[in-house]
Amino acid sequence: MTQTRAKGTEVTVPHLAESLVSATVSRWLKQPGDYIEQYDVICELITEKVNVEMPSPVGGTLVEILVEEGRTAAVGEAICIIEEPGSAAESWPASGEDRQPDAPAETAPDSGMRGRYSPAVQRLAAEHGVDLLRVPGTGIGGRITRKDVEKFIASGQAVSAPQTANGREESGGRSGFRPGAGEPVQPVMPEAPRIPVRSTGIHMKEYPLNPKIEVEGQPEGRGEYFIDVTPIRHTIASRTRQSVTEIPHAWTMIEADVTNLVVLRNKLKDEFMRKEGINLTYLAFVLKAVVNAIKDYPIMNSVWAVDKIIIKRDINISLVVGTEDFVVTPVIKKADEKTIAGLAREIDDLTKKARAGKLSLGEMQGGTFTVNNTGSFGSILSYPIINYPQAANFTFESIVKKPVVIQDMIAVRSMVNLCLSLDHRILDGVICGRFLQRVKENLESYNLDTKLY
Amino acid sequence: MAVITYLEAIRSAMEEEMQRDERVFVLGEDVGKGGVLNATKGLRDRFGEQRCLDTPLSESAIAGVAIGAAMYGMRAIAEMQFADFIFPATNQIISEAAKIHYRSNGDWNCPIVVRAPYGAAGAGSLYHSQCPESVFFGTPGLKLVAPSNPYDAKGLLKAAIRDEDPVIYFEHKKCYLSISGEVPEEDFIVPIGKADVKREGTDLTVISYGMTLNYCLQAAQELDREGISAHVLDLRTLSPLDKEAILAAAARTGKVLIVHEDNKTGGVGAEVSAIIAEELLYELDAPIMRLCPPDVPAVGLSPVAEKFYLLDRDKIREAMRNLALY
Amino acid sequence: MSVGQLNRHRMLGLSDDQVLEMYRFMVQARRFDERAIILQRAGKIPFHVSGIGQEPGQVGMAFALQKGKDYLLPYYRDFAFVLAMGMTVRELMLSIFAKAEDPNSGGRQLSGHFGCKRLNMITGSSPVATQIPHAAGIALAAKMQKKDFVTWVSLGEGATNQGDFHEGCNFAGVHQLPMIICCENNQYAISVPYSRQLGKARVADRAAGYGFPGVRVDGNDALEVYRVVKEARERAARGEGPTLIELMMYRLSPHSTSDDDMLYRTREEVEENRAKDGIPKFRQYLIECGLWDDEKELRLQEEVKQLIQEATQYADKAPAPKPEDTLRHVFAQPVGEA
Repeated sequence: MTQTRAKGTEVTVPHLAESLVSATVSRWLKQPGDYIEQYDVICELITEKVNVEMPSPVGGTLVEILVEEGRTAAVGEAICIIEEPGSAAESWPASGEDRQPDAPAETAPDSGMRGRYSPAVQRLAAEHGVDLLRVPGTGIGGRITRKDVEKFIASGQAVSAPQTANGREESGGRSGFRPGAGEPVQPVMPEAPRIPVRSTGIHMKEYPLNPKIEVEGQPEGRGEYFIDVTPIRHTIASRTRQSVTEIPHAWTMIEADVTNLVVLRNKLKDEFMRKEGINLTYLAFVLKAVVNAIKDYPIMNSVWAVDKIIIKRDINISLVVGTEDFVVTPVIKKADEKTIAGLAREIDDLTKKARAGKLSLGEMQGGTFTVNNTGSFGSILSYPIINYPQAANFTFESIVKKPVVIQDMIAVRSMVNLCLSLDHRILDGVICGRFLQRVKENLESYNLDTKLY
Repeated sequence: MAVITYLEAIRSAMEEEMQRDERVFVLGEDVGKGGVLNATKGLRDRFGEQRCLDTPLSESAIAGVAIGAAMYGMRAIAEMQFADFIFPATNQIISEAAKIHYRSNGDWNCPIVVRAPYGAAGAGSLYHSQCPESVFFGTPGLKLVAPSNPYDAKGLLKAAIRDEDPVIYFEHKKCYLSISGEVPEEDFIVPIGKADVKREGTDLTVISYGMTLNYCLQAAQELDREGISAHVLDLRTLSPLDKEAILAAAARTGKVLIVHEDNKTGGVGAEVSAIIAEELLYELDAPIMRLCPPDVPAVGLSPVAEKFYLLDRDKIREAMRNLALY
Repeated sequence: MSVGQLNRHRMLGLSDDQVLEMYRFMVQARRFDERAIILQRAGKIPFHVSGIGQEPGQVGMAFALQKGKDYLLPYYRDFAFVLAMGMTVRELMLSIFAKAEDPNSGGRQLSGHFGCKRLNMITGSSPVATQIPHAAGIALAAKMQKKDFVTWVSLGEGATNQGDFHEGCNFAGVHQLPMIICCENNQYAISVPYSRQLGKARVADRAAGYGFPGVRVDGNDALEVYRVVKEARERAARGEGPTLIELMMYRLSPHSTSDDDMLYRTREEVEENRAKDGIPKFRQYLIECGLWDDEKELRLQEEVKQLIQEATQYADKAPAPKPEDTLRHVFAQPVGEA
């Protein structure tokens, strides 16, 4: 209301009975200008429960009627104004003072709760490979809240939980153990490739970082060190453990002659780099070969569901990418629909993101088959652990120049081992053998006429 | 020190208090002859039929008369024959006794004890075995106690009789004759509002009261042989709960199992659980567990039903072991 | 008026001063009650349960008891009774304004929920009839401790249907307790008339079921009520047990400020009963005894008006309880203290 009100005491609608929230003025018994004694009846009010003659709580001159006859007003709303001769009376609820709740005392910003991870926070961090040390905490005392973690994940900064070690043993050179509340891990930028080292797009420092370790109050010369387990390490641990305990692993290997592939790649890589600006890695060719083989043997692309085997239609390749600190598996979705060039691009893209720690949740989910370029570390034989709940894990080992027998003559060829771990509930030697044969055929069929696009 | 039964502890507590303070008197159905469960045996002979008063069959009056007498200044002990029959008195207990001091702004108080024999003692069926403590639990203004052994039984009853506020004294019928223990001959009380660690341990914490507390101790002893060390806390007072003791016991091991004979939903265990969850989130090593009978109205007559429904040493031991191994 | 009716009060043992005092209390109570309703309608207090029409009977009962000695358990319409027993109009105002200084409950309870240790007045509550077993308990204590006070308790006729009424009365009858149970039958329990509450039964007859006498009396006749209650008190003091007295009254006001009484009775019926109001009748009696006149009446009305005004203003300005006071007095003996 914009009209100006007369000065005086507001007479408000009383709370006439339980549950009532309003009253209707049915009749005014006094008019502006009338002098009202305290408790003189000034109007009649109608409610759901009782109809009353309302006495005025104060005495004085009625100066203004605010709610006309027939109109309804809420309990507490002013219906008229009475100008009292000086005194001030209070109407219900009369109170000593209206106490405002004390404003919450300003506490000095403290970060005592930064290291307090709630069960929800731990679970999310583990599931999504979040390093909690990097997550800003907006809760009280700097505590990391569940929302903080969700936000962090959504921003693509989390790295997914790795599923396997690259070698048989845990590499002692693996870096990334950081105890306690240290600085956040800095992602390492890729270096330029050094020819003639076989380049797969994964660039590692020549001398990997040693883990930062914390010495716990040990007297000199005791030689025991404790390394804190990060959430990601936790995830790796639980995932691999789950895979190993639940999936009966079997393993097989085949050798392929990729001499022609090597020639092909060497011919195309420079021009590819010029045109596309990215590396043309062996992995792109391998992926193509693998994906085509999966198309012929779809059972390789399935999951075990106790009473049935679910064969996944989309071929989403989980690509194992190693970073300085840990291993992640971004997914190339619908890899069968991509050309070699497209695959190369995806590989490059995901790898860069993985290295930068910018993989989104979507980019890490939905894998149906894993391909691991173990050869980039120099391995010639691997026994990978299947990425639960997939059915198989394929490794592409180091390409090694070897003397081989062809047509009863010795030749020097580029040979590569292809290893396969399989879920023996779904797969067995026969089908995997056939699958690997097909991969080998595909790899050996690359020649100078192979189209990239 | 003498070794006496839980029942004798209760009886002697009343006798001693009646001797000590002539304002103390007992009223209830059949209390004159000694009570149907023999809790008041000998009191009429010693103190006369006015101080060991047989009432008509009306629980509301038993409680209401006790309340009136207590407001005047007597120390009334109102006996409910079985806790299953306390419900007609609920209005007097909750609307009146619990609120007298508060509603009169401290002018009047109501120092009564309502004794309620509760719990299954075998072949009691639906209406002689109930555990109604959760009905009164959470009513501010009432104090609820539930001893598990003779020492606590005697000390708590004395404390309850001397207390200035209304106390519901839950005495477990199974404990009456099956649990004996050493009780001092001199006067002593057990303070209301204080829980008691009955056994120290490191692998898991068990919180209980009443008869099941005894099963927990038995189970703890058996598990000890397996190398599992249980920390057992006897609540003793259900309201107000000894929050400090509960939190200390829970923090001791990080694993908590709450056991009671009252059914699970809305039982005292739910409140204990909430308190721990609210204050000890970062001390917890496992979800807080509760072991209670199923949510059915009461336990039936047939032994098969009893076995299924009631808790025993074996069921408790299994639950304790599972939690210890978590 | 016949000789027999003149100075009825003298024959009952009441002095002239006493009957004048009785009248004063009746008028105080009436004016207080009327003002309380206005205050509620004006929005100054939240609620009031009124007892207009029941004052003469209540004052009659009060004068038959021993002030300062007998234990009292009034129900929530007994304003006249409590005033006659020593509560002040100011204290009643503090109570309905819910102020900290209210002796009944420190502003916690509704209008009419009395309690005052100083006056031997037990704290009352809203669930009806719970006070009957309490009264029996107090009477039992008197018997056990061999004290000679009597316990007086009142309730409405609706409450006599509660289980607690029967259990309490039975208990009192079995143990022959020194108590007086006064049922103020004002014909309505909120909106339910007597015919629906008890049908053809009479409250007074229920006493026979418990083995003690039950008496019906005209609640508008203060002196008759006095006589009956006095007799009951003497019986109790002699150890002859309880008496149930049914006072026949009429509730002229609605049950409470939340009640629209025109939903269940007619204006004619109310006016018919207003004509039987005991206060004008008592005034008339005093005039006929030569104890009262118009001038005294005017003076009294002015006096009472001042009293009410002063009490209203005092209570209006009195401080409310502090917010934290909400936490006090849960226990008389907080846990942790010996």
